[in-house]
Amino acid sequence: MSDWEIVIGLEIHAQLATKSKIFSGSATAYGAPPNTQADLVDLAYPGVLPVLNARAVQMAVKFGLAVDATVARRSVFARKNYFYPDLPKGYQISQYELPVVARGSLNIMLDDGAVKTVGITRAHLEEDAGKSLHEGLANATGIDLNRAGTPLLEIVSEPDMRSAKEAVAYMKKVHTLVRYLEICDGNMQEGSFRCDANVSVRPRGQEKFGTRAEIKNLNSFRFVEKAIQYEVARQVELLESGGKVVQETRLYDSDKDETRSMRSKEEANDYRYFPDPDLLPVEFDQAFIDAVRATLPELPDQKAARFARDFGLSAYDAGVLSASRELGAYFEAVVAGLNASHAKLAANWVMGELSSALNRDTVDIENSRVNPEQLTGLLKRIVDETISGKIAKEVFEAMWSEGKPADAIIEARGLRQITDAGAIEGVIDAVIAANPKQLADYRAGKDKLFGFFVGQVMKATGGKANPAQLNEMLKAKLGGGHA
Amino acid sequence: MLHNLFIGELAERLSRREISSVELTRHFLSRIERLNPALNAFITLTGDQALGSAAAADARLGRGERGPLLGIPLIHKDIFCTDGVKTTCGSRMLDNFIAPYDATVVTRLKGAGTVMLGKSNMDEFAMGSSNETSYYGPVKNPWDTAKVPGGSSGGSAAATAARLAPLATGTDTGGSIRQPAALTGVTGLKPTYGRVSRYGMIAFASSLDQAGVFARSAGDAAAALQVMAGFDPRDSTSVDVPVPDYSKTLSQPLKGMKIGLLREFFADLEPRNAALLEDALSIFTGLGAETREVSLPHLPLSVPTYYVVAPAECSSNLSRFDGVRYGYRCENPKDLMDLYKRSRGEGFGAEVKRRIMTGTYVLSAGYFDAYYLKAQKARRLITDDFRSAFEKVDLVIGPTTPTPAFDIGAKMNDPVLMYLNDIYTIGANLAGLPGVSVPCGFVDGLPMGLQLIGPHFAEAKLLNAAHQYQQATDWHTHAPRGYES
Repeated sequence: MSDWEIVIGLEIHAQLATKSKIFSGSATAYGAPPNTQADLVDLAYPGVLPVLNARAVQMAVKFGLAVDATVARRSVFARKNYFYPDLPKGYQISQYELPVVARGSLNIMLDDGAVKTVGITRAHLEEDAGKSLHEGLANATGIDLNRAGTPLLEIVSEPDMRSAKEAVAYMKKVHTLVRYLEICDGNMQEGSFRCDANVSVRPRGQEKFGTRAEIKNLNSFRFVEKAIQYEVARQVELLESGGKVVQETRLYDSDKDETRSMRSKEEANDYRYFPDPDLLPVEFDQAFIDAVRATLPELPDQKAARFARDFGLSAYDAGVLSASRELGAYFEAVVAGLNASHAKLAANWVMGELSSALNRDTVDIENSRVNPEQLTGLLKRIVDETISGKIAKEVFEAMWSEGKPADAIIEARGLRQITDAGAIEGVIDAVIAANPKQLADYRAGKDKLFGFFVGQVMKATGGKANPAQLNEMLKAKLGGGHA
Repeated sequence: MLHNLFIGELAERLSRREISSVELTRHFLSRIERLNPALNAFITLTGDQALGSAAAADARLGRGERGPLLGIPLIHKDIFCTDGVKTTCGSRMLDNFIAPYDATVVTRLKGAGTVMLGKSNMDEFAMGSSNETSYYGPVKNPWDTAKVPGGSSGGSAAATAARLAPLATGTDTGGSIRQPAALTGVTGLKPTYGRVSRYGMIAFASSLDQAGVFARSAGDAAAALQVMAGFDPRDSTSVDVPVPDYSKTLSQPLKGMKIGLLREFFADLEPRNAALLEDALSIFTGLGAETREVSLPHLPLSVPTYYVVAPAECSSNLSRFDGVRYGYRCENPKDLMDLYKRSRGEGFGAEVKRRIMTGTYVLSAGYFDAYYLKAQKARRLITDDFRSAFEKVDLVIGPTTPTPAFDIGAKMNDPVLMYLNDIYTIGANLAGLPGVSVPCGFVDGLPMGLQLIGPHFAEAKLLNAAHQYQQATDWHTHAPRGYES
């Protein structure tokens, strides 16, 4: 396996978050009854003509600027011709020779913390096709054209990725970016964000690419990873047993976790691309591009760099906290109520307790049951040593389920930390007196029993003893042969 | 007789309430009933609907409303979608197709108060120069019913010549208005590409198709264009430039106008055709215009260029006719492929299939550069030739067709010979220019036309020159025998 190098390129289809379709006035909302969002243009009636949705173009330009690409001053729509029932015109309007966005790049972070740049060959606008329906139809196929004409941005990467993990990291980065830019809702279950993966292998050290297979329509990060892993193993096995990889389109079956051949290169359509004479070339001036640039938000990498710089976070933490605009905003709101030196504490809580509670109850961060001000209130009690970190977790759970502020819960449950040395000393003395055997063993050299005594004291105080104070005092009391 | 009057006079009488639109409509409907069987100019007649529209126009007139087309009957080429009315495009493929909406051209003319009498016969999907490719049979030329009326808008041309309506719409992709206008002795105007909306006009070759009009005079054509022209947000290729008042400039003297004689057009002209053009030129110079020779060196490339570009676009445009959502569907399809193949195989006629195959070929991998790309380059050269010509002259003049109307059946088995019919008209389509054909005399008792071509959006100038010519001549007033009274 290690003799082979994996080469992956992704074609990501991001559905643009416009209200109406790219060439007609029909709505794009998901889940409507079949064919209720298809007008005469979507149905390709005789005589109708496409009219380009300017919002879709703006969104594509926004993406281009965000990945530092060249935004073409002049781009052209072309027809991709093939017959299929979900393609009413018999051609898809796409961009071929002159896409709106070309030559950009994105940085991804690898597991070892290294940063890798993935090239973006191009991003072009096109219309989505409809859907074939088979369920509940005997001897027939139904066609739903609600999705036909939905605007897509197809983002084509360079073959720069060298593992399934890198491919997933890149796809996640694009996902983060399009959601930051508010040009795609990123909903993978509804198909708003999906990809085709071009996968090949070559002997390590060889410059020439191996023959690639294209795996179509992967709509989850996990499927991307598994499909690539399967496909790489298949190709390596094939080559090592003296076979040849054929250029083909394959489908990933997530139930069986395998890829299957769909059609070979020989069976591939000749799409007979040519410029669509119904649509004029799209031309921009600098003023338009500047106006779109002015709408760009702080981008994920910029936010991560700022978090690392201003809050002293690690690159990893900064990356996680900037993975979505909402998460970043939540974190910043929490930090705002604390001294900046406690940003790391805030980061740990947002990435830890808060994230797991959100995941567990599948709640979006915007609808979190503990809002940033409430979390700040809790963290303040840790900072001023009113409660320990451990108790704080209990308080957090109570806040999550009861919706009350931290202080109220701490008071009501009497969770305030015991810092009175006399009180702690009394408990320690009682514990030592009650456990003479353990005391003797400890003093005879069984160091591990220190933890036993800590546990007993904590149990007796309901976990409220200040841990640092307790450790120090317990050590002094136990004394013995422990220099 | 009412049917010999020009639109201006009809509108006069309507506005003075000397006749009603209903009377006028009945008059034309009865002529159609009597005369059309020999011509086959219609695919669908909409008599009842027409009387309703006429009554509505009369009501508007009764309220004091006036308009140059209010209450005027007309015919729409069956390529324009008409809400609730069968729209076939001359094809079996759409024999059962009731359009669910109006084309922009139809909407505008309806709004102006015109009365649709019916939908005219045409070559299938506008592919043809003789109206013989129609699923509904050939249209006969009223000047001689053994002859073709030209195509593809043959029904509109024949009906206008036979005085079955004062006005008819048409479309011109390679000469489909100007050539039949010439062969039937009427005035045919093809506006600048983008001047009139293509929305609702069933596409043949999108970069060449342009809606226009047949009338019996340049003045009548101007009145119709006034209503049809203008930007349409539903057609991205329609152009947002102001529409001038075409009637206002009709009577401007031609003094000082520079008319270019296209050397390439006059080179191999048949002597009798040449003589008619000589006569016309002396009329123009008599009206004060100056003539000079201009050359369009790349014009001989126009026929081969056209027969790459137009089939390429049509091969894609006609993909939507797949038997799935509307139109013809074969009986008992075995599977999807069978449905596609038989619906299209049975629904389309021979000429349409020939062009789909040609177009598919020239767009195919390995041939695209040699054909499609090269044709686009030739198109650019032809356009540039016209542009330089219009730096020296206001308009260019030439014949509309090489010969008068030919016999039905004469060229059906030789597509190349048939395609050469469009040799003088195709250039204007490739360059997107406006052109008008006006009657200029007779050869063997059959009408001939001269063609004026102008720069983009120079329709006013074209109509002005054509109108002045018609003021000085009476060719446009001749009616075919049997259709005068």
